[in-house]
Amino acid sequence: MNIVTFPSSATALLEVRDLHVHLADGTPIVSGISLSVAPGQILGLVGESGSGKSTIGSALLGHVRPGARIVNGSILVEGVDVLSLSGKALQQARGKLIAHVPQDPAATLNPMMRIGGHLHELLEVHEPTLSKAERGERIAAVLSDVGLSASNEFLHRFPHQLSGGQQQRILLALAFLLKPRLIVLDEPTTALDVSTQAQVIQTIASLCKMRQVAAVYVSHDLDIVRHLADTVTVLYAGQIVESASRDTLFAAPAHPYSRGLLAAAPDIFTRHQLAPIPGQAPAPADRPMGCSFGPRCASATPACAAAPPPAKDVAPLHRVACFHPSSGPLVRPEAQVRSGLSASPILLEVNDLSASYGDAPIFTGLRLALPSGRCSALVGESGSGKTTLARALAGLGQHVEGSMRFDGGPLPIDNWQRSMEQRRRIQYIFQNPYRALNPRRTIGQTLTAVIRHFFGLGPKDAERRAAAVLQRVALPSGHLHRYPRDLSGGERQRVAIARALACEPDVLICDEITSALDVSVQAAILDLLRSLQGDGLTVLFVTHDLAVVRAIADNVLVLRHGRIIEQGEVDDVLDAPKENYTRQLMASSRHDAA
Amino acid sequence: MSGSRQLRTGIAFILAVMLLALAGPALAPHAPDALVGPTYGAPSSGAPLGYDYLGRDVWSRVLAGGQSIIWMSFSASLLALTIGALLGMAAAYARGRVDQVIVWITDVLMAFPDLILVLLVVSMLGREPWLIVLTVSVAFIPAVARLARGVTMGIVQQEYVEAAWMMGYPWHRILLRELLPNLATPLLVQLGIMLTWAIAMLSGLSFLGYGVAPPAADWGLMINENRAGLLVQPWAVLAPVLLIALFAIGTNLAAEGYGRSKARIDEKQG
Repeated sequence: MNIVTFPSSATALLEVRDLHVHLADGTPIVSGISLSVAPGQILGLVGESGSGKSTIGSALLGHVRPGARIVNGSILVEGVDVLSLSGKALQQARGKLIAHVPQDPAATLNPMMRIGGHLHELLEVHEPTLSKAERGERIAAVLSDVGLSASNEFLHRFPHQLSGGQQQRILLALAFLLKPRLIVLDEPTTALDVSTQAQVIQTIASLCKMRQVAAVYVSHDLDIVRHLADTVTVLYAGQIVESASRDTLFAAPAHPYSRGLLAAAPDIFTRHQLAPIPGQAPAPADRPMGCSFGPRCASATPACAAAPPPAKDVAPLHRVACFHPSSGPLVRPEAQVRSGLSASPILLEVNDLSASYGDAPIFTGLRLALPSGRCSALVGESGSGKTTLARALAGLGQHVEGSMRFDGGPLPIDNWQRSMEQRRRIQYIFQNPYRALNPRRTIGQTLTAVIRHFFGLGPKDAERRAAAVLQRVALPSGHLHRYPRDLSGGERQRVAIARALACEPDVLICDEITSALDVSVQAAILDLLRSLQGDGLTVLFVTHDLAVVRAIADNVLVLRHGRIIEQGEVDDVLDAPKENYTRQLMASSRHDAA
Repeated sequence: MSGSRQLRTGIAFILAVMLLALAGPALAPHAPDALVGPTYGAPSSGAPLGYDYLGRDVWSRVLAGGQSIIWMSFSASLLALTIGALLGMAAAYARGRVDQVIVWITDVLMAFPDLILVLLVVSMLGREPWLIVLTVSVAFIPAVARLARGVTMGIVQQEYVEAAWMMGYPWHRILLRELLPNLATPLLVQLGIMLTWAIAMLSGLSFLGYGVAPPAADWGLMINENRAGLLVQPWAVLAPVLLIALFAIGTNLAAEGYGRSKARIDEKQG
């Protein structure tokens, strides 16, 4: 069993030793987890989907999801063994000793309960001796700590009357209200816009320091962890592969997986080559005998497949579970800027476009031009109208007016008025690969239907073409006979891209197509899109992520409140933004206080 | 009982009753309307279930009397399923005016109690079997249409339907290829439930004298004819009751078992 741990310090507030969580049939979800966190410190628990990070997060509260079981290990919080608690004592510990901040505030707050009700209820349950006035004081204090008003008017609001950032602050207030010693934050900012995210993260950092609380911050987002955590633990396939101080881990990661993750993550400042990690993480039941990462690792040797590598210190406070840890800083080769693009003709053009939602206008008088053969990024926060715009271009808009031109001719606003040829040449890829494919049809049926529809081929020819298209998105032709449920998220998104490519389009509209995917998968998809651009495809890439913009786009359009406020070459805009808002977005993406 | 076991048991019940009803007429020792024994005669070696109120052989009548309820319940349910699913899918897909009209019609139909509606039509227009099938299916259509509409509403918003629409696929292709396969599970469960209702309603109609006309053998009719002698010769009533119950329980079990085992698979796909 490979156990990675920090040398346990006498000052540690949270001490997890050799934690194992199994499914009912004995399949391990996480194994051999050891962690320690000192008061006032934030531990970043990093992993991709399926790595077991949320399982560990909730196990810290003595909870596992139905069907799973904690089979071994101890969790000490200020000397209290959480796993030995039950009944009333466990209830008391949850909230008072350990607090949890979940991912989606909108789903967590009871929509029928006022904000004040949420806060008062928690105190009534856990500290019944407090008078109403004392409760009010405590609530006012914690609300000001998280940067919210404690006015009566605010306390009387319902959750839906708050912004996403305010809702998440309420959850923070609820977590800190009982003055817990340990706080577990499970991706609390994933649902928020970058600028809101930056502010919430600032609040979390300062609260933990101020109250000397130990925090475990569970996240898939390396960038947030880099700015928030003091120490970082990297999880892969339910095991810790590396633990180090934040600076060490980001400057010189030693485990091939940590290095792979960092090499796969796009950077807002430099356009480096994104290196996807080959293969995909094993499901809990399919984890290999030896090193879990072995099958995907470039430096694996036969020894790696024989037995799991034990954890060892490569430096003080730096433990790695690998037979071949790397030393030295991580070097990410710069990617070349595409050249010779300056004089491209305009392929798709929008004039005076307006769209509304009910009576509320989303944008009016919008102008946009997509140069042929380039990748234009459309950047904006939620509510900026970026998805509405992208859908309007694809003919999916409702209540859209204005004029569009495509390849010299007029392009009808409504999809059903467009010609077959126009439909074929403009393709749209959806954000969520889990909803974009019909679950009851095989990949082959989905692809051949498109090919037969547009090119009138017979079934044999269509299937041959479908296999060729799958190859272009780097999927084996055996996938033709599979159903979407057999595929991972990244593979599904590849199939969605393949469906678009099967039409041999000229324009590809990509609506946040990597936002539902893990970093290493995102790198592979961006890589794929880059290679497709070599074939002269015009791409509109809608995103909220400026680092992705740097990695993929040639030029960028910044959308705010339905207006394009800034546009230009990617490097010009990101290196020297002219507009205040663009500067703010850049700052937020770096998690500086905005 | 696990979902798949319920499904298997249900199907076994249905098949057993269907086999009996289909092969029955060939196996019957007597003609169903032949007077061969004493009125309410007790079971004997020649007549395992005894004789009915006219002295006809109950076993022979049981064997001969199952066909009408089976073909009628199946055709009424399948007809309702087809029409209801198409209406519901069309309503959810087209929205607007079409949706309003379809919902309005189903609302009006739902306001009538099923049995009253069927009795009304049958008593006015006659007790033709095809008419009974048609009316029973009309009574069932609103529930199917409502179900199909509700489920389709959720599916229509899925992006693969939008993608199909964006490609310019014809509407019937979207209905049949993109929507219908995703409706299969709830529709099949509904079919099983409707079969149960149809059996109850058809045997109820026969019992009330609006179904198959005497002297033909029919399970529902047999219950009515022989109820006066229930204490003297219970088998004349119990035999058709048991078979109808077996059939109804079978369809119900199959529907529930199918739904449950399907739900579990869907959960795993998550």
